[in-house]
This record gives sequence, C-alpha cells and structure tokens, in this order.
Amino acid sequence: MNYVVPKTALEASKALVQEGAFALAGGTDLLVKLKTKFVSPSMVVDIKQVPKIMGIEATADGWWIGAATPCAEIVEHESFCKDWPGVVEALSLIGSTQIQGRATLGGNLCNASPAADSVPALISARGTCIISGQSREREEPIEKIVTSPGVTALEKGEFILGFKLPKPQSGTGDAYLRLIPRSEMDIAVVGAGTTVSVDKNKKITSIRVCLGAIAPTQIVLDGLEDIFIGKEPDENSINKLVSIAEAACKPIKDKRGTIEYRTKIAGVLSKRTLTIAYERATNH
Amino acid sequence: MSKTHVATHINGDSYEFLCNTQQTLLDVLRHELDLKGSKEGCATGDCGACSVMMDDRLVCACLVLGVEADGKKIETVEGLSTGSSLDPLQQKFIDLAALQCGICTPGVLVAAKALLEKNKNPSEEEVRFWLAGNLCRCTGYDKIVRAVLEVAAEARNT
Repeated sequence: MNYVVPKTALEASKALVQEGAFALAGGTDLLVKLKTKFVSPSMVVDIKQVPKIMGIEATADGWWIGAATPCAEIVEHESFCKDWPGVVEALSLIGSTQIQGRATLGGNLCNASPAADSVPALISARGTCIISGQSREREEPIEKIVTSPGVTALEKGEFILGFKLPKPQSGTGDAYLRLIPRSEMDIAVVGAGTTVSVDKNKKITSIRVCLGAIAPTQIVLDGLEDIFIGKEPDENSINKLVSIAEAACKPIKDKRGTIEYRTKIAGVLSKRTLTIAYERATNH
Repeated sequence: MSKTHVATHINGDSYEFLCNTQQTLLDVLRHELDLKGSKEGCATGDCGACSVMMDDRLVCACLVLGVEADGKKIETVEGLSTGSSLDPLQQKFIDLAALQCGICTPGVLVAAKALLEKNKNPSEEEVRFWLAGNLCRCTGYDKIVRAVLEVAAEARNT
C-alpha cells in the first residue's frame, strides 16, 4: 500500500484517479475498513495537507468548513455554534470524544451511510459542498452527493474540499435529534434535522426537514411550504408534518428497529425538531 | 516493500522510525518503539484503550496510520509521570482502586487528563460523557468517575 500526501488539490485528484486509490481524512471509517479487510487499497491519499481542507472560518456570506476538519474543532468554534446549533448537535453525536478528534464532515458524507448524523443537519441548513477534481471544481447541494448506501455521485479523482453554510438570516433556527437504543455511541435508528426561519410576527418564512436512516439516502420532506409558510405552527400543521414524515419512510428492518418503529419515530423526531428549531428561530 | 521514514515527537522526545504504511500508530508505539502503555482492545476505535493525544487532540491510536504521525506531537500514558512521581490522576486511581485488570486504564488516564486540561470543573455528567469512548469491563465506571472528579476538585483547591 502506497501512502502519498499531496500538497495541492490537483495533485490529490491525480493520485485519487488511480486504480485502488482511497482518500484518507480522519480515518475513522477507512482504518476500520483496512483492519477488517473490507477494502485493500493500493494507495492511500492523505488529503489533509491540501490547502483550505482543514479549518473552519467565517466568510463574507456564511461559513467555510474544510472537509477534513475534525468535528472536535468545529464544535469548539463559539460563533459557529451560535449560528448553527442544530448542525453542532449532529456533529457532537458522532462517536466518542476520541472519534470526534479525527472524524470529519467530508468523511461522514462520503462514507455514504444512510444513518450519518451530520448529513441531515447540513442538508436542512441548505449547505453545499465544493468538490475538487482533475479538471474543475464544482459546487453541489449536499443532498446530491449520496446516491445509495456506500455510493456517492463523486467521479473518479474527485474529493470534497469543503462545505459552505449560509449565514443564517435573522429569525432562523435549526435542530437535530436522533434516536438510538442507548444513551450514546450508537448508530441512528432515525435522525432528523430541521431548519426554519420566521418573520417578526413569528410566522414561518422557510422550512426544511431532512430525515436520515429511514431510506437508502437522506430524504428532504416535500410539501411543507404549503402547510407552514405564513403561519405559526399549530396542532393541525404539525400533524400534517408527522404524516408526511411517516409517508416518506422506506426504512430497513434491523436489530435497532422494525420498519413500523422507524416510521413512527420519524414522525416524532420531525415534530420535536420543528418545535426546537421554531423556538430557536423566534429567539434569534 | 520499502518502509517509510517517520520523524515525530513522543512525550517530548524526538523519535525517528521506519514503518510499513499499513501499520497503525498503535502498532508503531507498541511494536517498533516499545511503548507498550497504550493497549489494543478492539483495534476499531470502539474501546478507547489506545487513547493518545496527537497535536493536543484525543484520538484512538488504532485509527491513525503510523505514517500520519510524521511531524506530529504525540503524548501517551508513558508521558504522564515525571520520573518516579505519578501524575495526580495515576495516584488517585491507585488510592480509590479505580482499576482492576488495568487494560483500559492507560486510555482512561490519557482521556481524563485531556478533559481536565480543557475543563477544570467538570460535572459528573460531563466526565461520564467525555469518557464514554473508554470502555471498562471491570470497574462499573463509578470509581473511575469519582477519581477524576476528586483530582479536579483537589487541583482547584491548590
């Protein structure tokens, strides 16, 4: 197994295009796959020295999060935590303290698990990612990346350089909740990320709910605008949200939950994250 | 296959070693450098027995490639004591019998030290969440948590 540490994005792409090359960021998935012989790379491309891929910073229109920034560093960033508490809630749930010392948003996305915690939160926040490739850089909405479990829309030689999140407009709140069978360190049975914005009369001006672990990819709920825009949430509209969330579920059945259980929980977490996000929006 | 040359700092000393690219930092510490304090439990990042600090971040050495340590600052359990005097955490673990078989202890000590450097006054809940990635199958955790809380309290009072 060759190990290379490219110093530029182009060098990284040229290495990654080779047969059997795997990108290494935090290694919390890749090293497990090496150990269990799930993959046998001919080359590991450590992308952490590519410019801009490490670190979190405020930009003119929001935030830049380098794809290989450890979650622990993001969670320590006070003004980011103020802007996107729901995203931070999601990151804080990924593995243990030790895992968060290495685990990255780029890795969580490209591992392409339906149960990835950061992904629904980033999608609900309308994040985008910058993808670096041999001939070009492109920007895509995060929901375009995972196409099925373990599979992404990245082309040969492409890798995620970083993520852009908007500066939340005044009156915006987000929230993330997941259900696991124990108090910590497990894989989501269901995860829900919700972002809402309100006007000065507390009426909703935008809403986005994204669910994880209930289908082969993360699912953005459709049809919420007609129900919520221009109003405060009430029992009637929240019941409709629950129905839409349940209808969107095409989950697997495994040791963590049955199809019926996951479907029920998807509704419950949609409702709860909306309640928290709305509360945050009205106080923002 | 040729080995890769790696230069790193471990517990304040310079180290140079040759390693295979497949070797983890844990393999290198234990088998190349004879630093056997860090233990291998699961080797997949679940148990925390191999917890070390890398550039001031708590990580599992089993989830770091040895070659990634190049140019990095590594701190292991061997760096906790100064000569024959133990770190207050080590002494407290002995005093309160916060260990039994001892396999998890090096990782717990390194993780607890990282917590106390970040947070001088952790609540019991904060200690438990911080150490959730350090599995112990003997103690039931209670003595470990009490030892960490006592060391924190004593450090605040001195």
